[in-house]
Amino acid sequence: MSNILTSLENISLSIAGKKILDNVSLTIKSGQIVTIIGPNGAGKTSLLNVFLGLQKAQEGTIFRSPHLCIGYIPQQVAIDPHLPLTVADFILLAKDSSHERLSQVTADVVASHLLEKPIQALSGGEFQRVLLARALIRQPQLLVLDEPAQGVDVNGQAQLYQLLEKLVKQHQFGVLMVSHDLHLVMAKSDQVLCLNQHICCSGSPEDINQHPEYRKLFSTIESESISVYTHNHDHQHNLDGDICPLIQQGKACGTGGQHHG
Amino acid sequence: MDDFILRALFAGILVAILCGALGVFVVWRRMAYFGDTVSHASLLGVSLGITLGITTHLSVLAVAIGIALLMIVLQAKQRVSNDTLLGILAHSALSLSLVIISLTKGVQINLEAWLFGDILASSNQDIMTLCITTVIILIALRFIWKPLLSLTVNENLARVEGVNVTLVSSIFTILIAVTIAIGIKVIGALLISSLLIIPAAAARYLVCSPIRMVFVSMVIGIFAVCAGMTSSFFFDTPTGPAIILSASFIFSLLFIYNSFKESNS
Repeated sequence: MSNILTSLENISLSIAGKKILDNVSLTIKSGQIVTIIGPNGAGKTSLLNVFLGLQKAQEGTIFRSPHLCIGYIPQQVAIDPHLPLTVADFILLAKDSSHERLSQVTADVVASHLLEKPIQALSGGEFQRVLLARALIRQPQLLVLDEPAQGVDVNGQAQLYQLLEKLVKQHQFGVLMVSHDLHLVMAKSDQVLCLNQHICCSGSPEDINQHPEYRKLFSTIESESISVYTHNHDHQHNLDGDICPLIQQGKACGTGGQHHG
Repeated sequence: MDDFILRALFAGILVAILCGALGVFVVWRRMAYFGDTVSHASLLGVSLGITLGITTHLSVLAVAIGIALLMIVLQAKQRVSNDTLLGILAHSALSLSLVIISLTKGVQINLEAWLFGDILASSNQDIMTLCITTVIILIALRFIWKPLLSLTVNENLARVEGVNVTLVSSIFTILIAVTIAIGIKVIGALLISSLLIIPAAAARYLVCSPIRMVFVSMVIGIFAVCAGMTSSFFFDTPTGPAIILSASFIFSLLFIYNSFKESNS
Protein backbone atom coordinates (compact mmCIF):
# COMPACT_ATOMS: atom_id res chain seq x y z
CA MET A 1 0.00 0.00 0.00
CA SER A 2 1.29 3.43 -0.87
CA ASN A 3 0.32 5.23 2.31
CA ILE A 4 2.29 2.99 4.64
CA LEU A 5 4.84 5.31 6.24
CA THR A 6 6.84 2.78 8.11
CA SER A 7 6.78 -0.75 9.38
CA LEU A 8 8.83 -2.70 11.86
CA GLU A 9 9.08 -6.44 11.43
CA ASN A 10 10.06 -8.95 14.09
CA ILE A 11 12.23 -6.59 16.10
CA SER A 12 14.17 -8.21 18.93
CA LEU A 13 16.50 -6.36 21.25
CA SER A 14 18.63 -7.53 24.16
CA ILE A 15 20.79 -5.33 26.32
CA ALA A 16 23.52 -7.00 28.39
CA GLY A 17 21.83 -10.38 27.93
CA LYS A 18 18.45 -9.09 29.09
CA LYS A 19 15.61 -9.39 26.62
CA ILE A 20 14.05 -5.96 26.11
CA LEU A 21 11.98 -6.51 22.98
CA ASP A 22 10.84 -9.84 21.66
CA ASN A 23 9.62 -10.17 18.08
CA VAL A 24 7.72 -6.89 17.86
CA SER A 25 6.06 -5.81 14.62
CA LEU A 26 3.99 -2.76 13.80
CA THR A 27 2.87 -0.65 10.85
CA ILE A 28 1.92 3.02 10.65
CA LYS A 29 0.00 4.66 7.84
CA SER A 30 -0.44 8.36 7.22
CA GLY A 31 -3.26 9.96 9.16
CA GLN A 32 -3.16 7.15 11.71
CA ILE A 33 -2.46 7.40 15.43
CA VAL A 34 -0.76 4.32 16.85
CA THR A 35 -0.31 4.23 20.60
CA ILE A 36 1.92 1.93 22.58
CA ILE A 37 0.90 1.26 26.14
CA GLY A 38 2.45 -1.02 28.71
CA PRO A 39 3.89 -1.19 32.21
CA ASN A 40 7.18 0.42 33.22
CA GLY A 41 10.13 -1.48 31.84
CA ALA A 42 8.01 -2.99 29.06
CA GLY A 43 10.41 -1.67 26.43
CA LYS A 44 8.21 1.14 25.10
CA THR A 45 10.97 3.74 24.88
CA SER A 46 13.43 1.12 23.59
CA LEU A 47 11.03 0.32 20.79
CA LEU A 48 10.86 4.00 19.81
CA ASN A 49 14.65 4.29 20.02
CA VAL A 50 15.12 1.29 17.75
CA PHE A 51 12.63 2.75 15.33
CA LEU A 52 14.37 6.14 15.37
CA GLY A 53 17.78 4.58 14.84
CA LEU A 54 19.04 5.69 18.26
CA GLN A 55 19.53 2.08 19.26
CA LYS A 56 20.35 -0.92 17.12
CA ALA A 57 18.20 -4.04 17.35
CA GLN A 58 19.85 -7.43 17.00
CA GLU A 59 17.05 -8.84 14.89
CA GLY A 60 14.31 -7.57 12.66
CA THR A 61 13.89 -5.13 9.80
CA ILE A 62 12.72 -1.54 9.69
CA PHE A 63 11.07 -0.25 6.56
CA ARG A 64 10.67 3.48 6.04
CA SER A 65 9.06 5.11 3.05
CA PRO A 66 11.73 7.02 1.07
CA HIS A 67 12.61 10.52 2.37
CA LEU A 68 10.42 10.00 5.43
CA CYS A 69 10.71 13.09 7.60
CA ILE A 70 10.20 12.34 11.28
CA GLY A 71 9.21 14.83 13.96
CA TYR A 72 10.37 13.60 17.35
CA ILE A 73 9.35 14.55 20.86
CA PRO A 74 11.75 12.90 23.32
CA GLN A 75 10.79 11.85 26.80
CA GLN A 76 13.13 13.99 28.79
CA VAL A 77 14.55 17.28 27.65
CA ALA A 78 16.45 19.03 30.42
CA ILE A 79 18.11 22.21 29.23
CA ASP A 80 21.07 23.49 31.22
CA PRO A 81 20.18 26.72 33.04
CA HIS A 82 23.49 28.19 31.82
CA LEU A 83 22.22 28.06 28.25
CA PRO A 84 20.29 31.25 27.48
CA LEU A 85 17.74 30.14 24.93
CA THR A 86 14.37 31.63 24.02
CA VAL A 87 11.49 29.52 22.76
CA ALA A 88 12.02 30.94 19.26
CA ASP A 89 15.76 30.06 19.39
CA PHE A 90 14.88 26.54 20.48
CA ILE A 91 12.36 25.90 17.71
CA LEU A 92 14.68 27.37 15.07
CA LEU A 93 17.43 24.96 16.12
CA ALA A 94 15.53 22.26 14.24
CA LYS A 95 17.38 21.20 11.13
CA ASP A 96 15.95 22.79 7.95
CA SER A 97 13.78 25.17 9.96
CA SER A 98 12.85 28.58 8.64
CA HIS A 99 11.68 31.89 10.13
CA GLU A 100 8.74 31.83 7.73
CA ARG A 101 7.29 28.70 9.27
CA LEU A 102 7.99 29.75 12.86
CA SER A 103 4.87 31.89 13.27
CA GLN A 104 2.75 29.25 11.54
CA VAL A 105 3.79 26.33 13.79
CA THR A 106 3.70 28.34 17.00
CA ALA A 107 0.17 29.47 16.12
CA ASP A 108 -0.73 25.82 15.43
CA VAL A 109 0.30 24.76 18.92
CA VAL A 110 -0.97 27.93 20.64
CA ALA A 111 2.50 29.07 21.67
CA SER A 112 2.83 32.38 19.79
CA HIS A 113 2.79 34.32 23.06
CA LEU A 114 5.76 32.29 24.37
CA LEU A 115 8.28 33.02 21.61
CA GLU A 116 10.46 35.46 23.55
CA LYS A 117 10.32 33.58 26.87
CA PRO A 118 13.40 31.72 28.14
CA ILE A 119 12.88 28.01 27.45
CA GLN A 120 13.63 27.15 31.09
CA ALA A 121 10.74 29.33 32.30
CA LEU A 122 7.97 27.32 30.63
CA SER A 123 5.43 25.16 32.43
CA GLY A 124 5.22 21.44 31.60
CA GLY A 125 2.31 21.90 29.22
CA GLU A 126 3.87 24.89 27.48
CA PHE A 127 7.15 23.05 27.03
CA GLN A 128 5.46 20.04 25.44
CA ARG A 129 3.65 22.33 22.99
CA VAL A 130 6.97 24.00 22.13
CA LEU A 131 8.53 20.57 21.52
CA LEU A 132 5.57 19.83 19.26
CA ALA A 133 6.20 23.08 17.38
CA ARG A 134 9.85 22.14 16.88
CA ALA A 135 8.76 18.78 15.49
CA LEU A 136 6.18 20.40 13.21
CA ILE A 137 8.46 23.06 11.74
CA ARG A 138 10.15 20.39 9.63
CA GLN A 139 6.78 19.37 8.10
CA PRO A 140 7.08 15.74 9.14
CA GLN A 141 5.11 12.89 7.63
CA LEU A 142 5.43 11.00 10.89
CA LEU A 143 5.39 12.24 14.46
CA VAL A 144 7.02 10.13 17.17
CA LEU A 145 6.13 11.08 20.73
CA ASP A 146 7.55 9.51 23.87
CA GLU A 147 5.05 10.17 26.66
CA PRO A 148 4.05 13.61 25.42
CA ALA A 149 1.85 14.39 28.44
CA GLN A 150 4.62 13.90 30.96
CA GLY A 151 4.72 16.66 33.55
CA VAL A 152 1.47 18.16 32.27
CA ASP A 153 -1.58 18.64 34.50
CA VAL A 154 -4.82 16.78 33.75
CA ASN A 155 -6.52 19.62 31.89
CA GLY A 156 -3.38 20.28 29.93
CA GLN A 157 -3.17 16.60 28.98
CA ALA A 158 -6.67 16.60 27.50
CA GLN A 159 -5.85 19.78 25.58
CA LEU A 160 -2.60 18.33 24.32
CA TYR A 161 -4.26 15.21 22.92
CA GLN A 162 -7.06 17.28 21.39
CA LEU A 163 -4.46 19.48 19.75
CA LEU A 164 -2.64 16.43 18.44
CA GLU A 165 -5.85 14.96 17.01
CA LYS A 166 -6.67 18.26 15.32
CA LEU A 167 -3.19 18.48 13.80
CA VAL A 168 -3.38 14.90 12.51
CA LYS A 169 -6.71 15.65 10.81
CA GLN A 170 -5.28 18.86 9.37
CA HIS A 171 -1.91 17.58 8.14
CA GLN A 172 -2.57 13.85 7.74
CA PHE A 173 0.74 12.78 9.27
CA GLY A 174 1.08 9.47 11.04
CA VAL A 175 1.64 9.35 14.78
CA LEU A 176 3.52 6.80 16.84
CA MET A 177 3.32 7.49 20.52
CA VAL A 178 4.08 5.96 23.86
CA SER A 179 1.68 6.88 26.60
CA HIS A 180 0.61 6.21 30.12
CA ASP A 181 -2.60 8.20 29.87
CA LEU A 182 -4.90 5.40 28.82
CA HIS A 183 -8.22 7.13 29.20
CA LEU A 184 -7.25 10.15 27.13
CA VAL A 185 -5.20 8.34 24.55
CA MET A 186 -7.38 5.37 23.80
CA ALA A 187 -10.24 7.34 22.30
CA LYS A 188 -7.95 9.29 19.99
CA SER A 189 -5.97 6.32 18.72
CA ASP A 190 -6.65 4.26 15.63
CA GLN A 191 -4.60 1.41 16.93
CA VAL A 192 -3.41 0.53 20.40
CA LEU A 193 -0.55 -1.86 21.02
CA CYS A 194 -0.05 -3.32 24.44
CA LEU A 195 3.63 -4.00 24.91
CA ASN A 196 5.27 -6.09 27.56
CA GLN A 197 8.53 -7.04 25.81
CA HIS A 198 6.35 -8.72 23.20
CA ILE A 199 3.06 -7.36 21.90
CA CYS A 200 0.45 -8.76 24.28
CA CYS A 201 -2.47 -7.56 22.29
CA SER A 202 -3.24 -4.97 19.67
CA GLY A 203 -6.25 -3.58 17.89
CA SER A 204 -8.63 -0.68 17.75
CA PRO A 205 -9.41 1.06 21.05
CA GLU A 206 -12.80 -0.69 20.98
CA ASP A 207 -11.17 -4.13 20.70
CA ILE A 208 -8.79 -3.33 23.51
CA ASN A 209 -11.60 -1.80 25.46
CA GLN A 210 -13.51 -5.07 25.47
CA HIS A 211 -10.59 -6.75 27.06
CA PRO A 212 -11.86 -7.36 30.62
CA GLU A 213 -8.66 -6.10 32.22
CA TYR A 214 -8.95 -2.85 30.29
CA ARG A 215 -12.64 -2.52 31.02
CA LYS A 216 -11.80 -2.66 34.67
CA LEU A 217 -8.98 -0.17 34.29
CA PHE A 218 -11.04 2.14 32.13
CA SER A 219 -14.03 2.34 34.46
CA THR A 220 -11.78 2.98 37.44
CA ILE A 221 -10.06 5.84 35.72
CA GLU A 222 -13.26 7.40 34.45
CA SER A 223 -15.02 7.22 37.79
CA GLU A 224 -12.17 8.81 39.66
CA SER A 225 -10.94 11.04 36.85
CA ILE A 226 -7.46 10.91 38.35
CA SER A 227 -6.04 7.56 39.13
CA VAL A 228 -2.72 5.95 39.63
CA TYR A 229 -1.95 3.98 36.53
CA THR A 230 -1.75 0.32 37.37
CA HIS A 231 -1.17 -2.12 34.62
CA ASN A 232 -2.57 -5.48 35.63
CA HIS A 233 -2.59 -6.94 32.18
CA ASP A 234 -0.45 -10.02 32.14
CA HIS A 235 -0.03 -13.21 30.20
CA GLN A 236 0.19 -16.93 30.73
CA HIS A 237 2.25 -19.60 29.04
CA ASN A 238 0.78 -22.58 27.26
CA LEU A 239 2.30 -26.04 27.35
CA ASP A 240 4.72 -25.24 24.52
CA GLY A 241 6.03 -22.31 26.50
CA ASP A 242 4.42 -19.81 24.14
CA ILE A 243 3.19 -16.59 25.64
CA CYS A 244 -0.55 -16.06 25.42
CA PRO A 245 -2.91 -13.51 26.88
CA LEU A 246 -5.17 -14.62 29.69
CA ILE A 247 -8.31 -13.99 27.64
CA GLN A 248 -8.35 -14.35 23.88
CA GLN A 249 -9.50 -10.94 22.78
CA GLY A 250 -8.21 -8.49 20.23
CA LYS A 251 -5.24 -9.85 18.35
CA ALA A 252 -3.93 -12.45 20.68
CA CYS A 253 -0.55 -14.05 21.05
CA GLY A 254 1.42 -11.80 18.73
CA THR A 255 -0.86 -12.84 15.83
CA GLY A 256 -0.30 -16.48 16.57
CA GLY A 257 2.63 -18.81 16.42
CA GLN A 258 5.30 -16.15 15.91
CA HIS A 259 7.06 -17.11 19.07
CA HIS A 260 8.11 -20.38 17.51
CA GLY A 261 10.56 -18.39 15.39
CA MET B 1 55.46 50.37 26.48
CA ASP B 2 57.92 47.60 25.72
CA ASP B 3 57.46 45.38 22.72
CA PHE B 4 57.32 42.22 24.76
CA ILE B 5 54.45 43.56 26.82
CA LEU B 6 52.48 44.45 23.70
CA ARG B 7 53.13 40.98 22.30
CA ALA B 8 52.04 39.42 25.58
CA LEU B 9 48.89 41.53 25.62
CA PHE B 10 48.09 40.56 22.07
CA ALA B 11 48.69 36.86 22.77
CA GLY B 12 46.49 37.04 25.86
CA ILE B 13 43.67 38.74 23.97
CA LEU B 14 43.74 36.10 21.22
CA VAL B 15 43.61 33.28 23.77
CA ALA B 16 40.75 35.06 25.57
CA ILE B 17 38.81 35.33 22.30
CA LEU B 18 39.27 31.62 21.60
CA CYS B 19 38.43 30.57 25.14
CA GLY B 20 35.37 32.83 25.15
CA ALA B 21 34.01 31.29 21.97
CA LEU B 22 34.57 27.66 22.96
CA GLY B 23 34.16 28.09 26.72
CA VAL B 24 30.41 28.66 26.49
CA PHE B 25 30.04 25.17 25.06
CA VAL B 26 32.31 23.76 27.77
CA VAL B 27 29.93 25.28 30.34
CA TRP B 28 26.72 24.21 28.56
CA ARG B 29 27.98 20.68 27.94
CA ARG B 30 29.51 20.38 31.43
CA MET B 31 32.94 19.55 30.08
CA ALA B 32 35.00 21.39 32.71
CA TYR B 33 36.79 18.23 33.74
CA PHE B 34 37.38 17.32 30.12
CA GLY B 35 39.29 20.58 29.63
CA ASP B 36 41.37 19.88 32.72
CA THR B 37 42.21 16.41 31.48
CA VAL B 38 43.35 17.55 28.04
CA SER B 39 45.47 20.37 29.49
CA HIS B 40 47.13 18.25 32.17
CA ALA B 41 47.78 15.44 29.74
CA SER B 42 49.26 17.91 27.24
CA LEU B 43 52.33 18.21 29.46
CA LEU B 44 53.18 14.78 28.10
CA GLY B 45 53.55 16.56 24.78
CA VAL B 46 56.07 18.93 26.32
CA SER B 47 58.33 16.17 27.62
CA LEU B 48 57.95 14.06 24.48
CA GLY B 49 58.85 17.06 22.37
CA ILE B 50 61.96 17.79 24.41
CA THR B 51 63.05 14.14 24.58
CA LEU B 52 62.51 13.43 20.89
CA GLY B 53 63.85 16.81 19.81
CA ILE B 54 60.63 17.96 18.12
CA THR B 55 59.19 21.46 18.42
CA THR B 56 57.11 21.45 21.59
CA HIS B 57 54.36 23.35 19.74
CA LEU B 58 53.75 20.36 17.53
CA SER B 59 54.16 17.65 20.12
CA VAL B 60 51.79 19.37 22.57
CA LEU B 61 49.24 19.81 19.81
CA ALA B 62 49.54 16.16 18.76
CA VAL B 63 49.20 14.87 22.32
CA ALA B 64 46.22 17.16 23.08
CA ILE B 65 44.33 16.03 19.98
CA GLY B 66 45.33 12.40 20.59
CA ILE B 67 44.09 12.46 24.20
CA ALA B 68 40.85 14.18 23.18
CA LEU B 69 40.13 11.62 20.48
CA LEU B 70 41.07 8.75 22.78
CA MET B 71 38.52 10.04 25.26
CA ILE B 72 35.80 10.15 22.61
CA VAL B 73 36.52 6.54 21.65
CA LEU B 74 36.67 5.30 25.25
CA GLN B 75 33.54 7.22 26.24
CA ALA B 76 31.64 5.59 23.39
CA LYS B 77 32.56 2.19 24.83
CA GLN B 78 31.13 3.23 28.21
CA ARG B 79 32.95 0.59 30.22
CA VAL B 80 34.13 3.10 32.81
CA SER B 81 32.25 6.16 34.03
CA ASN B 82 33.25 9.43 32.42
CA ASP B 83 34.88 11.26 35.30
CA THR B 84 36.77 8.15 36.38
CA LEU B 85 38.10 7.79 32.86
CA LEU B 86 39.12 11.45 32.73
CA GLY B 87 40.89 11.16 36.07
CA ILE B 88 42.83 8.10 34.96
CA LEU B 89 43.91 9.64 31.65
CA ALA B 90 44.83 13.05 33.04
CA HIS B 91 47.08 11.90 35.79
CA SER B 92 48.60 8.92 33.99
CA ALA B 93 49.68 11.20 31.16
CA LEU B 94 50.94 13.82 33.60
CA SER B 95 52.95 11.25 35.57
CA LEU B 96 54.32 9.69 32.41
CA SER B 97 55.44 13.12 31.32
CA LEU B 98 57.32 13.74 34.59
CA VAL B 99 58.93 10.29 34.45
CA ILE B 100 60.09 10.82 30.87
CA ILE B 101 61.60 14.18 31.80
CA SER B 102 63.46 12.69 34.76
CA LEU B 103 64.88 9.89 32.60
CA THR B 104 66.08 12.26 29.90
CA LYS B 105 69.64 13.21 30.79
CA GLY B 106 70.91 16.73 30.57
CA VAL B 107 67.57 18.41 30.02
CA GLN B 108 66.52 21.48 31.93
CA ILE B 109 62.81 22.22 31.77
CA ASN B 110 61.11 25.23 33.24
CA LEU B 111 58.13 23.32 34.59
CA GLU B 112 56.63 26.42 36.16
CA ALA B 113 56.34 28.10 32.76
CA TRP B 114 54.32 25.18 31.43
CA LEU B 115 52.14 24.85 34.50
CA PHE B 116 51.32 28.54 34.96
CA GLY B 117 52.12 29.96 31.56
CA ASP B 118 54.75 32.37 30.34
CA ILE B 119 52.80 35.00 28.52
CA LEU B 120 55.70 37.51 28.60
CA ALA B 121 57.84 35.10 26.57
CA SER B 122 55.48 35.22 23.57
CA SER B 123 57.52 35.64 20.41
CA ASN B 124 56.45 37.12 17.08
CA GLN B 125 56.21 33.61 15.75
CA ASP B 126 53.93 32.63 18.64
CA ILE B 127 51.66 35.56 17.82
CA MET B 128 51.50 34.53 14.15
CA THR B 129 50.60 30.95 15.07
CA LEU B 130 47.97 32.20 17.51
CA CYS B 131 46.48 34.58 14.93
CA ILE B 132 46.12 31.93 12.26
CA THR B 133 44.79 29.30 14.66
CA THR B 134 42.26 31.74 16.10
CA VAL B 135 40.90 32.59 12.68
CA ILE B 136 40.67 28.92 11.66
CA ILE B 137 38.97 27.86 14.90
CA LEU B 138 36.43 30.69 14.77
CA ILE B 139 35.56 29.85 11.15
CA ALA B 140 35.20 26.15 12.01
CA LEU B 141 33.00 27.03 14.98
CA ARG B 142 30.83 29.22 12.75
CA PHE B 143 30.27 26.23 10.46
CA ILE B 144 29.28 23.78 13.19
CA TRP B 145 27.47 26.37 15.35
CA LYS B 146 23.87 25.33 14.71
CA PRO B 147 24.26 21.54 14.82
CA LEU B 148 26.59 21.82 17.81
CA LEU B 149 24.10 23.99 19.70
CA SER B 150 21.30 21.63 18.71
CA LEU B 151 23.08 18.54 20.04
CA THR B 152 24.10 20.45 23.15
CA VAL B 153 20.41 21.09 23.85
CA ASN B 154 19.37 17.51 23.15
CA GLU B 155 21.50 14.90 21.47
CA ASN B 156 18.72 12.47 20.55
CA LEU B 157 16.58 15.20 19.06
CA ALA B 158 19.51 16.40 16.96
CA ARG B 159 20.29 12.85 15.84
CA VAL B 160 16.71 12.16 14.75
CA GLU B 161 16.67 15.44 12.83
CA GLY B 162 19.66 14.20 10.88
CA VAL B 163 22.60 15.90 12.58
CA ASN B 164 25.80 13.88 12.29
CA VAL B 165 26.37 13.92 16.05
CA THR B 166 29.62 11.96 16.01
CA LEU B 167 31.20 14.19 13.37
CA VAL B 168 30.12 17.49 14.94
CA SER B 169 31.16 16.55 18.47
CA SER B 170 34.49 15.20 17.21
CA ILE B 171 35.19 18.46 15.39
CA PHE B 172 34.28 20.39 18.54
CA THR B 173 36.53 18.19 20.66
CA ILE B 174 39.43 18.82 18.30
CA LEU B 175 38.79 22.57 18.43
CA ILE B 176 38.93 22.42 22.23
CA ALA B 177 42.13 20.37 22.12
CA VAL B 178 43.82 22.84 19.75
CA THR B 179 42.73 25.80 21.87
CA ILE B 180 44.14 24.19 24.99
CA ALA B 181 47.37 23.22 23.24
CA ILE B 182 48.09 26.77 22.08
CA GLY B 183 46.73 28.35 25.25
CA ILE B 184 49.02 26.34 27.53
CA LYS B 185 52.10 28.31 26.57
CA VAL B 186 50.36 31.58 27.34
CA ILE B 187 48.31 30.82 30.41
CA GLY B 188 49.62 27.45 31.65
CA ALA B 189 48.38 23.85 31.81
CA LEU B 190 46.87 24.30 35.26
CA LEU B 191 45.02 27.50 34.41
CA ILE B 192 43.87 27.22 30.80
CA SER B 193 40.61 25.42 31.54
CA SER B 194 39.58 28.13 33.99
CA LEU B 195 39.91 30.68 31.18
CA LEU B 196 37.45 28.49 29.27
CA ILE B 197 34.97 28.35 32.12
CA ILE B 198 35.06 31.51 34.23
CA PRO B 199 34.36 34.15 31.54
CA ALA B 200 31.56 32.01 30.08
CA ALA B 201 29.99 31.43 33.49
CA ALA B 202 30.20 35.16 34.24
CA ALA B 203 28.69 36.08 30.86
CA ARG B 204 25.58 34.01 31.64
CA TYR B 205 24.41 36.68 34.09
CA LEU B 206 24.36 39.37 31.41
CA VAL B 207 22.77 37.78 28.35
CA CYS B 208 19.66 36.09 27.03
CA SER B 209 20.88 34.52 23.80
CA PRO B 210 23.60 31.95 23.05
CA ILE B 211 25.46 34.07 20.50
CA ARG B 212 25.56 37.06 22.86
CA MET B 213 26.96 34.82 25.55
CA VAL B 214 29.87 34.06 23.20
CA PHE B 215 30.67 37.73 22.61
CA VAL B 216 30.21 38.80 26.21
CA SER B 217 32.43 35.99 27.46
CA MET B 218 35.09 37.06 24.93
CA VAL B 219 34.88 40.61 26.27
CA ILE B 220 35.10 39.43 29.88
CA GLY B 221 38.12 37.28 28.96
CA ILE B 222 39.86 40.21 27.24
CA PHE B 223 39.11 42.44 30.20
CA ALA B 224 40.57 39.84 32.57
CA VAL B 225 43.73 39.58 30.43
CA CYS B 226 44.19 43.37 30.46
CA ALA B 227 43.51 43.65 34.19
CA GLY B 228 45.78 40.70 34.99
CA MET B 229 48.64 42.09 32.91
CA THR B 230 48.27 45.53 34.41
CA SER B 231 48.46 44.16 37.93
CA SER B 232 51.39 42.00 36.90
CA PHE B 233 53.13 45.09 35.46
CA PHE B 234 52.63 47.28 38.51
CA PHE B 235 52.82 44.75 41.34
CA ASP B 236 55.12 42.20 39.70
CA THR B 237 52.63 39.35 40.27
CA PRO B 238 52.78 36.23 38.05
CA THR B 239 50.74 37.01 34.93
CA GLY B 240 48.74 33.80 34.35
CA PRO B 241 47.38 33.63 37.92
CA ALA B 242 46.67 37.39 37.87
CA ILE B 243 44.55 36.96 34.73
CA ILE B 244 42.55 34.10 36.25
CA LEU B 245 42.07 36.05 39.49
CA SER B 246 40.74 39.01 37.53
CA ALA B 247 38.27 36.74 35.75
CA SER B 248 37.14 35.24 39.08
CA PHE B 249 36.73 38.74 40.46
CA ILE B 250 34.46 39.71 37.55
CA PHE B 251 32.50 36.49 38.02
CA SER B 252 32.07 37.17 41.74
CA LEU B 253 30.81 40.71 41.14
CA LEU B 254 28.26 39.50 38.59
CA PHE B 255 27.26 36.61 40.83
CA ILE B 256 26.56 38.98 43.74
CA TYR B 257 24.80 41.47 41.45
CA ASN B 258 22.60 38.68 40.12
CA SER B 259 21.78 37.36 43.59
CA PHE B 260 20.63 40.82 44.63
CA LYS B 261 18.59 41.22 41.48
CA GLU B 262 16.86 37.88 42.01
CA SER B 263 16.11 38.48 45.66
CA ASN B 264 14.59 41.87 44.82
CA SER B 265 12.33 40.59 42.08
